[in-house]
Amino acid sequence: MSTPSTRSTVEHLDRGPLSRDEMAAVVARDIPDGSFVNLGIGQPTSVAGHLRPEAGVVLHTENGMLGMGPEAHGDEVDPDLTNAGKVPVTEPPGAAYFHHADSFAMMRGGHLDVCVLGAFQVSASGDLANWHTGAPDAIPAVGGAMDLANGAKDVFVMMTLFAKDGSAKLVPTCTYPLTGVGCVSRVYTEVALFDVSGPEVVVLETWGTSVDDLAARLDVPLHRAG
Amino acid sequence: MSRTQFHSGVTAAEAADAALAASGITSGMTVLVGGFGMAGMPVDLIDALIRHGADELTVVSNNAGNGDTGLAALLAAGRVRKVVCSFPRQHDSWVFDGLYRAGKVELEVVPQGTLAERMRAAGAGIGAFFCPTGVGTLLAEGKETRVIDGRDHVLETALRGDVALIKAHRSDGVGNLVYRKTARNFGPVMATAGAVTVVQVDEVVPTGALDPEAVVTPRIYVDHVVDLSTTTGQTTAPTTAPTTEEPQA
Repeated sequence: MSTPSTRSTVEHLDRGPLSRDEMAAVVARDIPDGSFVNLGIGQPTSVAGHLRPEAGVVLHTENGMLGMGPEAHGDEVDPDLTNAGKVPVTEPPGAAYFHHADSFAMMRGGHLDVCVLGAFQVSASGDLANWHTGAPDAIPAVGGAMDLANGAKDVFVMMTLFAKDGSAKLVPTCTYPLTGVGCVSRVYTEVALFDVSGPEVVVLETWGTSVDDLAARLDVPLHRAG
Repeated sequence: MSRTQFHSGVTAAEAADAALAASGITSGMTVLVGGFGMAGMPVDLIDALIRHGADELTVVSNNAGNGDTGLAALLAAGRVRKVVCSFPRQHDSWVFDGLYRAGKVELEVVPQGTLAERMRAAGAGIGAFFCPTGVGTLLAEGKETRVIDGRDHVLETALRGDVALIKAHRSDGVGNLVYRKTARNFGPVMATAGAVTVVQVDEVVPTGALDPEAVVTPRIYVDHVVDLSTTTGQTTAPTTAPTTEEPQA
Protein backbone atom coordinates (compact mmCIF):
# COMPACT_ATOMS: atom_id res chain seq x y z
CA MET A 1 0.00 0.00 0.00
CA SER A 2 1.20 3.48 -0.76
CA THR A 3 0.07 4.61 2.69
CA PRO A 4 1.68 2.07 4.99
CA SER A 5 -0.18 1.33 8.20
CA THR A 6 3.11 1.60 10.04
CA ARG A 7 3.07 5.34 9.45
CA SER A 8 1.75 7.47 12.30
CA THR A 9 -1.79 8.78 12.18
CA VAL A 10 -2.01 12.11 10.40
CA GLU A 11 -4.61 14.61 11.61
CA HIS A 12 -5.32 17.29 9.00
CA LEU A 13 -7.00 19.74 11.37
CA ASP A 14 -6.61 22.60 8.90
CA ARG A 15 -8.74 21.09 6.11
CA GLY A 16 -11.87 19.02 5.88
CA PRO A 17 -14.30 17.48 5.78
CA LEU A 18 -13.38 16.29 2.29
CA SER A 19 -15.64 16.83 -0.69
CA ARG A 20 -16.69 13.75 -2.68
CA ASP A 21 -14.09 14.63 -5.25
CA GLU A 22 -11.36 14.96 -2.61
CA MET A 23 -12.36 11.57 -1.17
CA ALA A 24 -12.00 10.04 -4.62
CA ALA A 25 -8.55 11.59 -4.92
CA VAL A 26 -7.47 10.07 -1.60
CA VAL A 27 -8.66 6.62 -2.69
CA ALA A 28 -6.81 7.01 -6.00
CA ARG A 29 -3.66 8.02 -4.12
CA ASP A 30 -3.74 4.74 -2.17
CA ILE A 31 -4.16 2.42 -5.16
CA PRO A 32 -0.72 0.98 -5.90
CA ASP A 33 0.74 1.54 -9.36
CA GLY A 34 0.01 -1.27 -11.80
CA SER A 35 -2.97 -2.61 -9.82
CA PHE A 36 -5.94 -4.38 -11.37
CA VAL A 37 -8.93 -2.54 -9.92
CA ASN A 38 -12.72 -2.74 -9.98
CA LEU A 39 -14.59 0.46 -9.17
CA GLY A 40 -18.16 -0.10 -7.98
CA ILE A 41 -21.20 1.69 -9.32
CA GLY A 42 -21.87 5.20 -8.04
CA GLN A 43 -19.33 7.24 -6.12
CA PRO A 44 -16.44 4.73 -6.50
CA THR A 45 -16.58 5.28 -10.27
CA SER A 46 -15.30 8.82 -9.69
CA VAL A 47 -11.95 7.44 -8.49
CA ALA A 48 -11.03 6.73 -12.12
CA GLY A 49 -10.71 10.43 -12.87
CA HIS A 50 -7.99 10.77 -10.22
CA LEU A 51 -5.76 7.89 -11.34
CA ARG A 52 -2.54 9.13 -12.92
CA PRO A 53 -2.15 7.63 -16.41
CA GLU A 54 1.49 6.84 -15.71
CA ALA A 55 0.44 4.75 -12.67
CA GLY A 56 -0.66 2.00 -15.05
CA VAL A 57 -3.77 1.04 -13.07
CA VAL A 58 -5.94 -1.34 -15.11
CA LEU A 59 -9.70 -1.15 -14.62
CA HIS A 60 -11.89 -4.26 -14.60
CA THR A 61 -15.63 -4.12 -15.16
CA GLU A 62 -17.60 -7.20 -14.18
CA ASN A 63 -19.69 -7.19 -17.32
CA GLY A 64 -16.65 -8.48 -19.14
CA MET A 65 -13.79 -6.08 -19.82
CA LEU A 66 -10.27 -5.49 -18.57
CA GLY A 67 -8.50 -2.28 -19.48
CA MET A 68 -11.70 -0.23 -19.57
CA GLY A 69 -11.43 3.35 -20.82
CA PRO A 70 -13.20 6.50 -19.64
CA GLU A 71 -16.87 7.27 -20.22
CA ALA A 72 -17.83 7.62 -23.87
CA HIS A 73 -19.30 10.83 -25.26
CA GLY A 74 -20.93 11.79 -28.55
CA ASP A 75 -19.90 9.61 -31.47
CA GLU A 76 -17.94 7.27 -29.17
CA VAL A 77 -21.13 5.95 -27.56
CA ASP A 78 -21.69 2.28 -28.45
CA PRO A 79 -24.60 0.39 -26.84
CA ASP A 80 -22.47 -2.79 -26.90
CA LEU A 81 -19.74 -1.18 -24.77
CA THR A 82 -20.79 -0.23 -21.24
CA ASN A 83 -19.50 -0.44 -17.70
CA ALA A 84 -21.24 -2.26 -14.85
CA GLY A 85 -23.42 0.80 -14.28
CA LYS A 86 -24.53 0.46 -17.92
CA VAL A 87 -22.85 3.76 -18.76
CA PRO A 88 -21.18 3.80 -22.21
CA VAL A 89 -17.38 3.59 -21.96
CA THR A 90 -14.43 3.44 -24.36
CA GLU A 91 -11.98 0.79 -25.52
CA PRO A 92 -8.34 1.91 -25.22
CA PRO A 93 -5.44 -0.14 -26.66
CA GLY A 94 -4.75 -3.19 -24.52
CA ALA A 95 -8.38 -3.84 -23.60
CA ALA A 96 -9.74 -7.39 -23.44
CA TYR A 97 -13.27 -8.81 -23.41
CA PHE A 98 -14.47 -12.01 -21.74
CA HIS A 99 -17.73 -13.61 -20.70
CA HIS A 100 -19.37 -13.32 -17.30
CA ALA A 101 -18.12 -16.59 -15.81
CA ASP A 102 -14.54 -15.64 -16.72
CA SER A 103 -15.06 -12.13 -15.39
CA PHE A 104 -16.13 -13.41 -11.99
CA ALA A 105 -13.51 -16.15 -11.97
CA MET A 106 -11.02 -13.30 -12.31
CA MET A 107 -12.60 -11.67 -9.28
CA ARG A 108 -13.34 -14.70 -7.12
CA GLY A 109 -9.98 -16.22 -7.95
CA GLY A 110 -8.17 -13.39 -6.19
CA HIS A 111 -6.65 -11.85 -9.31
CA LEU A 112 -7.98 -8.33 -8.68
CA ASP A 113 -5.84 -6.23 -6.36
CA VAL A 114 -8.40 -3.68 -5.21
CA CYS A 115 -12.09 -3.06 -5.47
CA VAL A 116 -13.78 0.13 -4.28
CA LEU A 117 -17.38 -0.13 -3.09
CA GLY A 118 -20.01 2.03 -1.47
CA ALA A 119 -21.63 0.94 1.79
CA PHE A 120 -24.59 1.39 4.09
CA GLN A 121 -22.51 0.16 7.04
CA VAL A 122 -19.09 -1.33 7.82
CA SER A 123 -18.40 -3.09 11.11
CA ALA A 124 -15.27 -2.76 13.24
CA SER A 125 -14.23 -6.24 12.09
CA GLY A 126 -14.61 -5.36 8.41
CA ASP A 127 -18.06 -6.81 7.73
CA LEU A 128 -19.75 -5.04 4.82
CA ALA A 129 -23.44 -4.19 4.36
CA ASN A 130 -24.18 -2.54 1.03
CA TRP A 131 -26.80 -4.49 -0.90
CA HIS A 132 -30.10 -4.46 0.93
CA THR A 133 -31.72 -2.24 3.50
CA GLY A 134 -33.75 -5.17 4.78
CA ALA A 135 -36.90 -3.03 4.64
CA PRO A 136 -39.95 -5.26 4.08
CA ASP A 137 -40.98 -3.46 0.88
CA ALA A 138 -37.46 -3.25 -0.58
CA ILE A 139 -36.73 -5.30 -3.68
CA PRO A 140 -33.44 -7.07 -3.01
CA ALA A 141 -30.76 -6.62 -5.68
CA VAL A 142 -27.21 -7.80 -5.12
CA GLY A 143 -25.49 -7.58 -8.51
CA GLY A 144 -21.78 -8.31 -8.16
CA ALA A 145 -21.39 -6.82 -4.68
CA MET A 146 -20.96 -10.12 -2.83
CA ASP A 147 -18.55 -11.49 -5.44
CA LEU A 148 -16.44 -8.32 -5.27
CA ALA A 149 -16.45 -8.20 -1.49
CA ASN A 150 -15.16 -11.76 -1.28
CA GLY A 151 -12.88 -11.75 -4.28
CA ALA A 152 -10.59 -8.73 -4.40
CA LYS A 153 -7.38 -8.82 -2.34
CA ASP A 154 -8.22 -5.42 -0.83
CA VAL A 155 -11.72 -4.01 -0.48
CA PHE A 156 -11.84 -0.24 -0.05
CA VAL A 157 -15.14 1.27 1.03
CA MET A 158 -16.04 4.87 0.19
CA MET A 159 -18.87 6.30 2.24
CA THR A 160 -19.92 9.21 4.42
CA LEU A 161 -19.16 8.40 8.04
CA PHE A 162 -22.61 9.43 9.19
CA ALA A 163 -26.02 8.72 7.69
CA LYS A 164 -28.51 11.50 7.00
CA ASP A 165 -30.13 10.87 10.38
CA GLY A 166 -26.75 11.40 12.06
CA SER A 167 -26.16 7.75 12.94
CA ALA A 168 -22.66 6.38 12.42
CA LYS A 169 -22.06 3.98 9.54
CA LEU A 170 -18.88 2.53 11.07
CA VAL A 171 -20.49 0.32 13.69
CA PRO A 172 -19.69 -2.45 16.20
CA THR A 173 -22.02 -4.83 14.30
CA CYS A 174 -23.91 -4.23 11.07
CA THR A 175 -27.67 -4.01 11.46
CA TYR A 176 -28.31 -4.13 7.70
CA PRO A 177 -28.06 -7.51 5.92
CA LEU A 178 -24.44 -8.43 5.24
CA THR A 179 -22.73 -8.47 1.86
CA GLY A 180 -19.58 -10.11 3.17
CA VAL A 181 -17.94 -11.08 6.45
CA GLY A 182 -14.62 -9.52 7.47
CA CYS A 183 -13.90 -8.51 3.88
CA VAL A 184 -13.20 -4.75 4.10
CA SER A 185 -9.60 -3.50 4.35
CA ARG A 186 -10.10 0.24 4.54
CA VAL A 187 -12.92 2.75 4.93
CA TYR A 188 -12.55 6.15 3.24
CA THR A 189 -14.88 8.83 4.60
CA GLU A 190 -15.11 12.60 4.40
CA VAL A 191 -13.54 12.99 7.86
CA ALA A 192 -11.26 9.99 8.30
CA LEU A 193 -9.54 7.00 6.76
CA PHE A 194 -9.86 3.81 8.80
CA ASP A 195 -7.97 0.52 8.52
CA VAL A 196 -10.35 -2.29 9.53
CA SER A 197 -8.23 -5.18 8.26
CA GLY A 198 -6.81 -6.08 11.67
CA PRO A 199 -8.20 -6.92 15.10
CA GLU A 200 -8.81 -3.26 15.93
CA VAL A 201 -9.91 -0.17 14.03
CA VAL A 202 -6.92 2.03 13.24
CA VAL A 203 -7.38 5.65 12.18
CA LEU A 204 -4.81 6.40 9.51
CA GLU A 205 -5.83 9.96 8.66
CA THR A 206 -8.38 12.57 9.65
CA TRP A 207 -9.63 15.72 7.90
CA GLY A 208 -11.09 18.64 9.83
CA THR A 209 -11.36 16.61 13.03
CA SER A 210 -9.18 14.70 15.45
CA VAL A 211 -9.05 11.06 16.47
CA ASP A 212 -10.27 12.05 19.93
CA ASP A 213 -13.28 13.92 18.51
CA LEU A 214 -14.16 10.95 16.30
CA ALA A 215 -13.79 8.52 19.19
CA ALA A 216 -16.42 10.50 21.07
CA ARG A 217 -18.88 10.18 18.15
CA LEU A 218 -18.42 6.48 17.31
CA ASP A 219 -19.36 3.33 19.19
CA VAL A 220 -16.24 1.49 18.05
CA PRO A 221 -12.90 1.81 19.86
CA LEU A 222 -10.38 3.72 17.72
CA HIS A 223 -6.63 3.31 17.72
CA ARG A 224 -3.85 5.45 16.35
CA ALA A 225 -1.38 4.12 13.83
CA GLY A 226 2.34 3.80 14.47
CA MET B 1 -23.16 -31.33 -42.08
CA SER B 2 -24.25 -28.77 -39.55
CA ARG B 3 -26.94 -29.60 -37.05
CA THR B 4 -27.53 -25.90 -36.66
CA GLN B 5 -30.64 -24.57 -38.35
CA PHE B 6 -30.53 -21.13 -39.91
CA HIS B 7 -33.55 -18.91 -40.08
CA SER B 8 -33.27 -16.13 -42.65
CA GLY B 9 -34.64 -14.60 -45.79
CA VAL B 10 -37.98 -13.63 -44.31
CA THR B 11 -38.89 -10.82 -41.94
CA ALA B 12 -36.98 -10.72 -38.67
CA ALA B 13 -40.17 -11.55 -36.83
CA GLU B 14 -40.92 -14.54 -39.05
CA ALA B 15 -37.38 -15.87 -38.71
CA ALA B 16 -37.48 -15.49 -34.94
CA ASP B 17 -40.93 -17.10 -34.76
CA ALA B 18 -39.68 -20.07 -36.76
CA ALA B 19 -36.65 -20.48 -34.50
CA LEU B 20 -38.78 -20.31 -31.35
CA ALA B 21 -41.22 -22.86 -32.74
CA ALA B 22 -38.38 -25.18 -33.67
CA SER B 23 -36.80 -24.83 -30.23
CA GLY B 24 -39.64 -26.77 -28.68
CA ILE B 25 -40.25 -24.19 -25.99
CA THR B 26 -43.42 -24.74 -23.99
CA SER B 27 -45.15 -23.30 -20.94
CA GLY B 28 -43.45 -23.95 -17.60
CA MET B 29 -39.95 -24.17 -19.03
CA THR B 30 -36.82 -22.45 -17.74
CA VAL B 31 -35.47 -19.90 -20.23
CA LEU B 32 -31.99 -18.39 -20.03
CA VAL B 33 -32.05 -14.87 -21.48
CA GLY B 34 -28.76 -13.18 -22.33
CA GLY B 35 -27.85 -9.56 -21.83
CA PHE B 36 -26.57 -7.13 -19.24
CA GLY B 37 -29.17 -4.43 -19.33
CA MET B 38 -29.85 -3.99 -23.03
CA ALA B 39 -26.30 -4.91 -24.15
CA GLY B 40 -26.53 -8.42 -25.55
CA MET B 41 -30.25 -8.76 -24.94
CA PRO B 42 -31.88 -10.87 -27.68
CA VAL B 43 -34.81 -8.53 -28.16
CA ASP B 44 -36.05 -10.11 -31.42
CA LEU B 45 -36.14 -13.56 -29.82
CA ILE B 46 -37.94 -12.27 -26.73
CA ASP B 47 -40.53 -10.59 -28.95
CA ALA B 48 -40.99 -13.94 -30.70
CA LEU B 49 -41.38 -15.65 -27.34
CA ILE B 50 -44.15 -13.20 -26.47
CA ARG B 51 -45.91 -13.99 -29.77
CA HIS B 52 -45.34 -17.72 -29.19
CA GLY B 53 -47.47 -17.57 -26.07
CA ALA B 54 -45.62 -19.91 -23.71
CA ASP B 55 -46.30 -18.87 -20.12
CA GLU B 56 -45.53 -19.87 -16.54
CA LEU B 57 -41.90 -19.44 -17.53
CA THR B 58 -38.92 -19.27 -15.20
CA VAL B 59 -36.59 -16.65 -16.65
CA VAL B 60 -32.89 -16.56 -15.76
CA SER B 61 -31.21 -13.28 -16.67
CA ASN B 62 -28.92 -10.75 -15.02
CA ASN B 63 -31.61 -8.10 -14.75
CA ALA B 64 -35.40 -8.21 -14.63
CA GLY B 65 -36.11 -6.01 -17.61
CA ASN B 66 -35.37 -2.41 -18.56
CA GLY B 67 -37.94 0.05 -19.83
CA ASP B 68 -40.84 -1.52 -21.71
CA THR B 69 -39.08 -3.68 -24.31
CA GLY B 70 -37.35 -7.05 -24.31
CA LEU B 71 -37.58 -8.88 -21.02
CA ALA B 72 -39.76 -6.12 -19.57
CA ALA B 73 -42.30 -6.73 -22.34
CA LEU B 74 -42.30 -10.48 -21.63
CA LEU B 75 -42.96 -9.72 -17.96
CA ALA B 76 -45.66 -7.20 -18.84
CA ALA B 77 -47.36 -9.86 -20.98
CA GLY B 78 -47.74 -11.98 -17.85
CA ARG B 79 -45.71 -14.92 -19.15
CA VAL B 80 -43.20 -15.16 -16.32
CA ARG B 81 -43.83 -17.07 -13.09
CA LYS B 82 -40.36 -16.65 -11.62
CA VAL B 83 -37.28 -14.52 -12.24
CA VAL B 84 -33.80 -15.72 -11.26
CA CYS B 85 -31.41 -12.78 -11.47
CA SER B 86 -28.76 -10.75 -9.70
CA PHE B 87 -30.04 -7.21 -10.07
CA PRO B 88 -33.78 -6.70 -10.58
CA ARG B 89 -34.04 -3.20 -9.13
CA GLN B 90 -33.00 -0.44 -11.54
CA HIS B 91 -34.16 3.03 -12.41
CA ASP B 92 -36.10 1.62 -15.36
CA SER B 93 -37.35 -1.70 -13.96
CA TRP B 94 -40.88 -0.44 -13.34
CA VAL B 95 -42.55 -3.43 -15.00
CA PHE B 96 -40.85 -5.96 -12.72
CA ASP B 97 -41.21 -3.73 -9.66
CA GLY B 98 -44.98 -3.51 -10.14
CA LEU B 99 -45.43 -7.25 -10.67
CA TYR B 100 -43.20 -8.12 -7.71
CA ARG B 101 -44.97 -5.76 -5.33
CA ALA B 102 -48.32 -7.16 -6.51
CA GLY B 103 -47.10 -10.69 -5.73
CA LYS B 104 -47.42 -11.74 -9.37
CA VAL B 105 -43.85 -12.86 -9.91
CA GLU B 106 -41.47 -14.87 -7.75
CA LEU B 107 -37.88 -13.68 -7.34
CA GLU B 108 -34.67 -15.57 -6.64
CA VAL B 109 -31.72 -13.22 -6.18
CA VAL B 110 -28.33 -14.77 -6.94
CA PRO B 111 -24.94 -13.03 -6.71
CA GLN B 112 -23.90 -12.16 -10.25
CA GLY B 113 -20.77 -14.31 -10.35
CA THR B 114 -22.59 -17.23 -8.75
CA LEU B 115 -25.34 -16.89 -11.35
CA ALA B 116 -22.77 -17.12 -14.14
CA GLU B 117 -20.88 -19.97 -12.50
CA ARG B 118 -24.06 -22.00 -11.82
CA MET B 119 -24.79 -21.89 -15.55
CA ARG B 120 -21.17 -22.60 -16.42
CA ALA B 121 -21.36 -25.64 -14.15
CA ALA B 122 -24.56 -26.83 -15.84
CA GLY B 123 -22.95 -26.56 -19.25
CA ALA B 124 -19.82 -28.34 -18.03
CA GLY B 125 -21.60 -31.26 -16.38
CA ILE B 126 -20.83 -30.17 -12.81
CA GLY B 127 -23.71 -30.78 -10.40
CA ALA B 128 -22.75 -28.24 -7.76
CA PHE B 129 -19.73 -26.38 -6.43
CA PHE B 130 -18.49 -24.83 -3.19
CA CYS B 131 -18.12 -21.07 -3.46
CA PRO B 132 -17.03 -18.41 -0.92
CA THR B 133 -19.38 -15.75 -2.28
CA GLY B 134 -22.34 -15.05 -0.04
CA VAL B 135 -21.09 -16.88 3.04
CA GLY B 136 -22.65 -15.40 6.17
CA THR B 137 -25.36 -13.57 4.24
CA LEU B 138 -29.09 -13.98 3.64
CA LEU B 139 -28.35 -15.52 0.24
CA ALA B 140 -26.55 -18.47 1.84
CA GLU B 141 -29.26 -19.28 4.35
CA GLY B 142 -30.34 -22.91 4.26
CA LYS B 143 -27.46 -23.94 2.01
CA GLU B 144 -24.82 -26.51 2.89
CA THR B 145 -21.49 -24.99 3.92
CA ARG B 146 -18.02 -26.43 4.24
CA VAL B 147 -14.64 -25.14 5.36
CA ILE B 148 -12.09 -25.61 2.59
CA ASP B 149 -8.49 -24.49 3.11
CA GLY B 150 -9.60 -22.65 6.22
CA ARG B 151 -12.27 -20.65 4.44
CA ASP B 152 -16.05 -21.01 4.55
CA HIS B 153 -17.74 -22.01 1.31
CA VAL B 154 -21.39 -22.45 0.40
CA LEU B 155 -22.75 -25.15 -1.90
CA GLU B 156 -24.29 -23.77 -5.09
CA THR B 157 -26.09 -26.00 -7.58
CA ALA B 158 -25.90 -26.01 -11.36
CA LEU B 159 -28.52 -23.93 -13.16
CA ARG B 160 -29.71 -25.30 -16.48
CA GLY B 161 -32.13 -23.96 -19.01
CA ASP B 162 -34.55 -25.80 -21.24
CA VAL B 163 -33.93 -23.08 -23.80
CA ALA B 164 -31.29 -20.34 -24.00
CA LEU B 165 -32.03 -17.17 -25.96
CA ILE B 166 -28.91 -15.14 -26.66
CA LYS B 167 -27.53 -12.49 -28.98
CA ALA B 168 -24.18 -12.72 -30.76
CA HIS B 169 -22.53 -10.50 -33.34
CA ARG B 170 -21.72 -13.03 -36.05
CA SER B 171 -22.21 -16.68 -36.83
CA ASP B 172 -20.45 -18.54 -39.58
CA GLY B 173 -22.30 -20.99 -41.78
CA VAL B 174 -22.11 -23.79 -39.23
CA GLY B 175 -23.02 -21.89 -36.05
CA ASN B 176 -19.67 -20.82 -34.58
CA LEU B 177 -20.19 -17.51 -32.80
CA VAL B 178 -18.33 -14.31 -32.03
CA TYR B 179 -19.72 -11.51 -29.91
CA ARG B 180 -19.25 -7.76 -29.80
CA LYS B 181 -17.55 -5.95 -26.89
CA THR B 182 -19.36 -6.14 -23.54
CA ALA B 183 -22.50 -7.47 -25.26
CA ARG B 184 -20.78 -10.87 -24.90
CA ASN B 185 -21.57 -10.98 -21.15
CA PHE B 186 -23.76 -14.05 -20.37
CA GLY B 187 -24.07 -15.31 -23.96
CA PRO B 188 -21.27 -17.89 -24.07
CA VAL B 189 -22.19 -19.37 -20.68
CA MET B 190 -25.91 -19.54 -21.45
CA ALA B 191 -25.17 -21.19 -24.79
CA THR B 192 -23.58 -24.08 -22.90
CA ALA B 193 -26.28 -24.29 -20.21
CA GLY B 194 -29.33 -24.37 -22.45
CA ALA B 195 -30.58 -27.75 -23.66
CA VAL B 196 -31.53 -25.88 -26.83
CA THR B 197 -29.77 -22.63 -27.72
CA VAL B 198 -31.29 -20.04 -30.03
CA VAL B 199 -29.08 -17.16 -31.15
CA GLN B 200 -29.91 -13.94 -32.94
CA VAL B 201 -26.94 -12.57 -34.84
CA ASP B 202 -26.28 -9.31 -36.66
CA GLU B 203 -25.04 -11.30 -39.63
CA VAL B 204 -24.05 -14.76 -40.81
CA VAL B 205 -20.70 -14.85 -42.58
CA PRO B 206 -19.42 -17.63 -44.85
CA THR B 207 -17.94 -20.66 -43.14
CA GLY B 208 -14.22 -20.03 -43.03
CA ALA B 209 -14.60 -16.28 -42.62
CA LEU B 210 -14.31 -16.47 -38.83
CA ASP B 211 -10.80 -17.01 -37.50
CA PRO B 212 -11.00 -20.36 -35.67
CA GLU B 213 -8.64 -18.92 -33.05
CA ALA B 214 -11.18 -16.19 -32.33
CA VAL B 215 -14.37 -18.27 -32.13
CA VAL B 216 -15.91 -17.71 -28.68
CA THR B 217 -18.82 -20.15 -28.78
CA PRO B 218 -18.13 -23.29 -30.82
CA ARG B 219 -20.98 -24.61 -32.97
CA ILE B 220 -21.67 -27.62 -30.75
CA TYR B 221 -23.61 -25.35 -28.37
CA VAL B 222 -25.71 -23.66 -31.04
CA ASP B 223 -29.02 -25.06 -32.35
CA HIS B 224 -30.83 -22.21 -34.10
CA VAL B 225 -29.45 -19.04 -35.64
CA VAL B 226 -31.69 -16.13 -36.60
CA ASP B 227 -29.83 -14.03 -39.16
CA LEU B 228 -31.04 -10.46 -38.80
CA SER B 229 -28.95 -9.20 -41.74
CA THR B 230 -30.89 -11.16 -44.34
CA THR B 231 -34.27 -10.58 -42.84
CA THR B 232 -36.35 -7.73 -44.06
CA GLY B 233 -38.10 -5.11 -42.05
CA GLN B 234 -37.03 -3.39 -38.92
CA THR B 235 -34.59 -4.88 -36.48
CA THR B 236 -34.48 -3.60 -32.97
CA ALA B 237 -31.53 -1.44 -32.05
CA PRO B 238 -30.75 -1.33 -28.35
CA THR B 239 -30.99 2.03 -26.72
CA THR B 240 -28.50 3.33 -24.24
CA ALA B 241 -29.40 5.31 -21.21
CA PRO B 242 -26.81 5.99 -18.52
CA THR B 243 -28.22 4.85 -15.21
CA THR B 244 -27.89 5.80 -11.63
CA GLU B 245 -28.07 2.57 -9.71
CA GLU B 246 -27.54 1.73 -6.09
CA PRO B 247 -24.15 2.59 -4.63
CA GLN B 248 -22.84 -0.94 -4.41
CA ALA B 249 -22.99 -3.45 -7.12
